[in-house]
Amino acid sequence: MSDSEAKIKTESDKIRNSKFEIRNSEIIFDDVSKFYGEILGVNRVNLQIGPGITSLVGPNGAGKSTLMNLMTGLLRPTRGSVSLLGIPTDKPEALFRKVGYCTQFDSFPRGLTGREFIKSFLLVHGFDSQKADALTVTALERLNLLDAADRKVAAYSKGMRQRIRLAQAIAHQPAVLILDEPLNGLDPMVRAETIALFRKLAADGLHLIISSHILHEVDMMSDRVVLVNNGYVVAEGNIHGVRDEMEEQPMQILIRCDKPAKLAAHVFDEDSVVEARLHQDRLGLFVRTRDADSFYLLLNRVVAEGEINIESIAPADDDLNAVYGYLIGAEGGGS
Amino acid sequence: MSSNINVSEIDKADKQPLPWSLWLRQIRAIFRLEIEKNFLGRRSILLYLLALLPILPLALLAPFTPPGREWQDFTQYSMIFAVYYGGLILRTVVFFGCAWIFMNLFRGDIVDRSLHFYFLSPVRREVLVVGKYSSGLVTSIILFTGTTVICMLLLYVPHFPSESARFFFDGQGLGQLLTYAGITILACIGYGAFFLVVGLFFRNPIIPALVLYGWEWLNFLLPPLLKKISVIHYLHSLTPIPVSEGPFAVVAEPTPAWIAVPSLVVVTVLVLIAASYRIRHMEIRYGSD
Repeated sequence: MSDSEAKIKTESDKIRNSKFEIRNSEIIFDDVSKFYGEILGVNRVNLQIGPGITSLVGPNGAGKSTLMNLMTGLLRPTRGSVSLLGIPTDKPEALFRKVGYCTQFDSFPRGLTGREFIKSFLLVHGFDSQKADALTVTALERLNLLDAADRKVAAYSKGMRQRIRLAQAIAHQPAVLILDEPLNGLDPMVRAETIALFRKLAADGLHLIISSHILHEVDMMSDRVVLVNNGYVVAEGNIHGVRDEMEEQPMQILIRCDKPAKLAAHVFDEDSVVEARLHQDRLGLFVRTRDADSFYLLLNRVVAEGEINIESIAPADDDLNAVYGYLIGAEGGGS
Repeated sequence: MSSNINVSEIDKADKQPLPWSLWLRQIRAIFRLEIEKNFLGRRSILLYLLALLPILPLALLAPFTPPGREWQDFTQYSMIFAVYYGGLILRTVVFFGCAWIFMNLFRGDIVDRSLHFYFLSPVRREVLVVGKYSSGLVTSIILFTGTTVICMLLLYVPHFPSESARFFFDGQGLGQLLTYAGITILACIGYGAFFLVVGLFFRNPIIPALVLYGWEWLNFLLPPLLKKISVIHYLHSLTPIPVSEGPFAVVAEPTPAWIAVPSLVVVTVLVLIAASYRIRHMEIRYGSD
């Protein structure tokens, strides 16, 4: 083998290895469809999800839970394949050493206390009793449930049941945590604590997949979002990136300044501006533009001329709420 | 949080060709959870009542000797028990008891919406089947072998105490008692596997259970070849006291014990393999169940 051939071989090995590493560190949906008889669950889903917090967002019945159940093998794809960190979902014995799933099912095996519930399933995992005890205490502590650990789960409040399910999902210390509406039923204080816990887990390098219909919370905690509607993934990625790619929707920008009417006259010189509207307090101007970059150049010129004193410039619709409204619209109003 | 550190032991076990020690630990954990449900759960009340059903009449009769010639003759007691065992204990109590226990192993969890906790654990589904089946087996064996033994003792001892003592300690009594207990255990093994599968394949398992019940009762009318496609035929072949099945019965050679017992065990294993296949491909969709 010549030097150049050897070099090419080394390079191709490197590429193959790096592809393998990526596959083994991501959650991959490869052209996945799921039909319930004639009814569409999800269709032609292609996703690659890395570490950090990824939120699945969409109206009720959009396909969020179907995606989560496909990820955990509770459902099998009609077409395509799903793998988590390189493990196919039809190998539960390998998959659930790395994955924890907190479902939406508010039901438990009968007669168990919180501690027994978590420990029993750690024993089913194969941990010995001593290790299972230690992991149980750690999980209960993380969810502030130690005081209630020896009460029957059936006597728990809705919020406590939600937390004990979360504790059970994280008890075996998985690398991927899938959480279906995990903040449901939690009071504001516990919500904040739980979001902080999710952030900490994500900072530790975990993959967190969260479905939620509370958009501002999703916006607050997610590194990226997957918007689902009618069984299709309509957008995915960093929320600002998703907004930037929606070129057909003019960008809304709020400019706080002392002379908004004068500024309005200036901005109409720009072809890309489709709308300018005074703020209610008459100390700001909403502008909708098809070309944010050239609009910002215009603002630079206005500032340089010194006629108008600009206090702040902020995009008014590159949050999840706006993106959700544009992509899913009134149909998803419920969410 | 790192899964690698905490599951290293399991990971190591998985690298072995067959991680028997891990599987045994998992079976033990599943068994413990299930046995508690079987004996202490809400559904167990019916089971206790069913197990008590054949004991109760014999307990009520214990202080008196009932009228009728056969009750005055100790030698008739073997036949009385054979009829009582075949008609009430085996065909009714063990049959419906096993139906209740084994159909609920998976179906009960689906109704309670708690099966997903097992499905979300790193357990081979075959291991889950073995864990659940063995818990059902132990529950049914304890309850119904207990019922069999108590019934036999309650029939003999109160009415003929001294003859009974000789019968059990010096005669054929102990052998018969152990044989009936063995038949009950085999019935639990065979019916248990069947009902476990029925609970997996049918949304309403009562109908196939009733169909099997009818098939087992009508077994005496079936031609010899069809008789062999039943559990009761093999169990009947093992009874120490043959009971006449009436003038309309189609007579067939009883299957020898050395064929009957392994046949039941082999069929049970095949049925459990079918259950494992089914459970391996099962989805959790409580709404549609």
